Amino acid sequence: MAPPSVKQHVFAPWNDPDAKPLIRIEGVSKSFGDFSAVNKVDLDIYPGEFFSLLGASGCGKTTLLRMLAGFEIPSEGSISIDGVDMTDIPPYERPVNMMFQSYALFPHMTVEQNVAFGLKQDRMPKARIAERVKAVLDLVQMSSLAARKPQQLSGGQRQRVALARCLAKEPKVLLLDEPLAALDKKLREQTQLELVNIQDRVGITFVMVTHDQEEAMTMSARIGVMNAGSIEQVGTPVEIYEYPATTFVADFIGTANMFDGVVALDEQSHTVVDCQELDARLVVGHSSGVAVGAPVTVMVRPEKMMVQREPPEERVNCAHGVVSDIAYLGDISIYHVRLASGRKVQVALTNLRHTSEQRLTWDDEVYLTWHPANSLVLVQ
Amino acid sequence: MKNRAIALYSALGFGYAFLYLPIVLLVIYSFNASRLVTVWGGVSTKWYGELLADEKILDAAWLSLKVAVLNATISTFLGTLAAVVLVRFRRFAGRTLFTGMITAPLVMPEIITGLAMLLLFVAMEQTFGWPAGRSMTTIVIAHVTFSLSFVTVVVQSRLAQMDVSLEEAAMDLGARPVKVFLVITLPIIAPALLAGWLLSFTLSIDDVVISSFVTGPGSTTLPIVIFSKVRLGVSPEINALASIVVAIVSIGILIFGIIVQRQEAERVRSLKTASDRG
Ligand SMILES: Nc1ncnc2c1ncn2[C@@H]1O[C@H](COP(=O)(O)OP(=O)(O)OP(=O)(O)O)[C@@H](O)[C@H]1O
Ligand SMILES: [Mg+2]
Repeated sequence: MAPPSVKQHVFAPWNDPDAKPLIRIEGVSKSFGDFSAVNKVDLDIYPGEFFSLLGASGCGKTTLLRMLAGFEIPSEGSISIDGVDMTDIPPYERPVNMMFQSYALFPHMTVEQNVAFGLKQDRMPKARIAERVKAVLDLVQMSSLAARKPQQLSGGQRQRVALARCLAKEPKVLLLDEPLAALDKKLREQTQLELVNIQDRVGITFVMVTHDQEEAMTMSARIGVMNAGSIEQVGTPVEIYEYPATTFVADFIGTANMFDGVVALDEQSHTVVDCQELDARLVVGHSSGVAVGAPVTVMVRPEKMMVQREPPEERVNCAHGVVSDIAYLGDISIYHVRLASGRKVQVALTNLRHTSEQRLTWDDEVYLTWHPANSLVLVQ
Repeated sequence: MKNRAIALYSALGFGYAFLYLPIVLLVIYSFNASRLVTVWGGVSTKWYGELLADEKILDAAWLSLKVAVLNATISTFLGTLAAVVLVRFRRFAGRTLFTGMITAPLVMPEIITGLAMLLLFVAMEQTFGWPAGRSMTTIVIAHVTFSLSFVTVVVQSRLAQMDVSLEEAAMDLGARPVKVFLVITLPIIAPALLAGWLLSFTLSIDDVVISSFVTGPGSTTLPIVIFSKVRLGVSPEINALASIVVAIVSIGILIFGIIVQRQEAERVRSLKTASDRG
């Protein structure tokens, strides 16, 4: 399951044993009373990275981000940034800036004054401040509205000003709490790419919180998937989607068909799993590393399944059922196939042609098959 | 439909007449040329002129003004501090108790507050000789004790509405806590401070009951002068004086109302934009 070998020009400092992380989070926990919001998180984030924290609502993403910014003190563990322990450093002395979900623009100041605020605190000379403010406002294309008050801006414009205000300080790390949540879908997609471009140009490390998996996949170099206060897996979007480490990650990122079974054979090159529900043997193209008889879950993504009407010759990696629901999405269709056990499996097929008689319809009897290399064993 | 509108307007008219007719009459009679209050003798402003020549009244007015300004300023300062502590320092023992206690003077009968203040001043004077007798100082202290609560309530609600992330953002951008308060929090809650100041000013300038307990010889406020003069009989001079007080208090209340209304409109607007975005 090793990711493809790293080429020199690919940005992947996390694979380089000599690379020094910019942010080092070690054993960090945070409890509010007896409720544990963040639980023993270990995480290294490298300079220049675009890192996303992804997870469902209430899983502790904001809390972790606020600990990086210094608004919350970890109950346990330590955070260091650029080699400096942050435990006793207040928010106003940390080399990080945070972009708030509500943007938190100062209502009594103009766009220009908002952006200049951070620079003034650094006692930068007036002329330099003006220069810098202009440069960042140009970067986010807001120069023409510099004299406006925040109330006179649209949501997207406010978002840009908030970004400019953080960038102006040239922090080592920029923390973004759901920066695009307030934008409508179209603007959000456009802004995603823009934000990545800006990050590329300024070279600042971005740590972004989001609960939108598509957004995380589009923008990040690496993603940390959080669940109930813990980080379940850290990896590139490809790793997380193709090789999820746990059933939670498999289920949270995209759609996953999961079949429970027990290991019947574990070889270097493949694993055989007995699945009672499917009444079939499942062959998975990698070693599971657990003993024969251990309970495991086999995961297959909907788009990796093939559909046929005739029974396959071998009853291996095969499921049999009837089409119970069809979701036509234009480019693809999602078929919900009900198995004999009553469970539903999702299959995604590309709509290669215009309407044809060949297409599956409700109550069609189908056989689903997949290649051993396209499935994954997840150990509980 | 029409009948209903007529009924509505007459009800409204009757209600407001009930409230304001006495005051309107008072103002009208202050322009009465006749010395007899109940007999109309033509329009004249001579009582206003006579008022300006009355040394005693002018002194009282000047004292009242000084007390009101001092009271408003001190109350606003202390009330704001109290509000900040109650709203921003989230967890401390007995917070609910303190919140309740700060609003208690709002409903305390004035006569009790006055009596209590008098007892305190006498006890203090006997114990460590300060304040020596009843004077402007004691009046101001007494007024602050009740005005303070009003300021706290007004500032508290404004502060509670304010987005805490504004303060956090300022701190994140490198401002120390004291600076954050001065350049972010204070300007944003400034309308509430002004409203609180005006409210304490008007409360102080028309107070009779509490003042009469803690006042001493040579420190008589305007309402007390009016009150004692009226007991000897209503004079057109007093009508004129009362009209001036009415004017000052109305202006104060009017400005207070405008500020509060604007604040509310702004809150509704920001809620609206927030929901538009969300
Ligand atoms: N100051 C606090 N006091 C008590 N509990 C808190 C506090 N802040 C957060 N929590 C709790 O900690 C948990 C994690 O909160 P957090 O804000 O980090 O979630 P999140 O992952 O950012 O969620 P969302 O996607 O909804 O923003 C929540 O259950 C929340 O109720
Ligand atoms: Mg959050």
